[in-house]
Amino acid sequence: MTFEKFVFYVFAAILVFAATMVITRRNPVHSALFLVLAFFSSAGIWLLAEAEFLAIVLILVYVGAVMVLFLFVVMMLDIDLATLRAGFIRHMPLALLMAVVMAVELFMVVGPGNFGLDKVPAPVAQAADYNNTESLGSVLYTVYMYPFEIAAVILLVGIIAAIGLTMRKRPETKFQDPSVQVKVKKADRLRVVKMEAED
Amino acid sequence: MIALSDYLILGAILFSLSITGIFLNRKNVIILLMCIELMLLAVNINFIAFSHFLGDSAGQVFVFFILTVAAAEAAIGLAILVVLFRNRRTINVEDLDTLKG
Repeated sequence: MTFEKFVFYVFAAILVFAATMVITRRNPVHSALFLVLAFFSSAGIWLLAEAEFLAIVLILVYVGAVMVLFLFVVMMLDIDLATLRAGFIRHMPLALLMAVVMAVELFMVVGPGNFGLDKVPAPVAQAADYNNTESLGSVLYTVYMYPFEIAAVILLVGIIAAIGLTMRKRPETKFQDPSVQVKVKKADRLRVVKMEAED
Repeated sequence: MIALSDYLILGAILFSLSITGIFLNRKNVIILLMCIELMLLAVNINFIAFSHFLGDSAGQVFVFFILTVAAAEAAIGLAILVVLFRNRRTINVEDLDTLKG
């Protein structure tokens, strides 16, 4: 077994273990943390497949932004875990059966019989001066220019939708209205009282 | 050498696991969203593997777009979840039956 293969199997084992933990943990915070582990180990596998830029993006964007958002929401919501777990054991046999059947079916399609090394030979490793980011950027900004711009619009829609959904006017909160503050006249605030001088 | 089938089998196992997760945690919306993220990860592994073995960077471009859409989906999904919890004080899928009539 070559070192490369050994590293692949270690990362794959950690990935499968983490995915199993994500779906079986009782506490959603633990699930989110195991999902972070799954993303990290799949980033290692992507590095083995010479997709360096996407491996870094997976860690920066997914672990750094999306999973932190998940953790933030999980910790913000006060969830009743007991009722959410009801039916977990009852559905277990059916779910396991379905997973095994599906995995076996997929294995028959994508297994070594169809996609083994003799069918799809291993590619030649890239030279030491190969730059994955540069090669990805050179197609992303030329051939895939319009899809790239649409992706930007999708992110904008995501921002606006998330803000629009969660923003709300609360009557009990106190805040300053600068336009009212600027428009105020002396007569609104100050009352001059005429009175006799006392001695 | 690592064969293409190794990557594809890993993706298949990951995809089956996330389907199982959707079955098991069908009441908890947060776990459901995490299972969808796992599914997208499995698909991305397949894209990366094919891109590596066929020597075509189109697969990596697609992974880039999938990551973009998944990030937007997670943001909107979690925003909906927060609004849902604010209005109903629950995220149990079974309690969300107001459209049932």
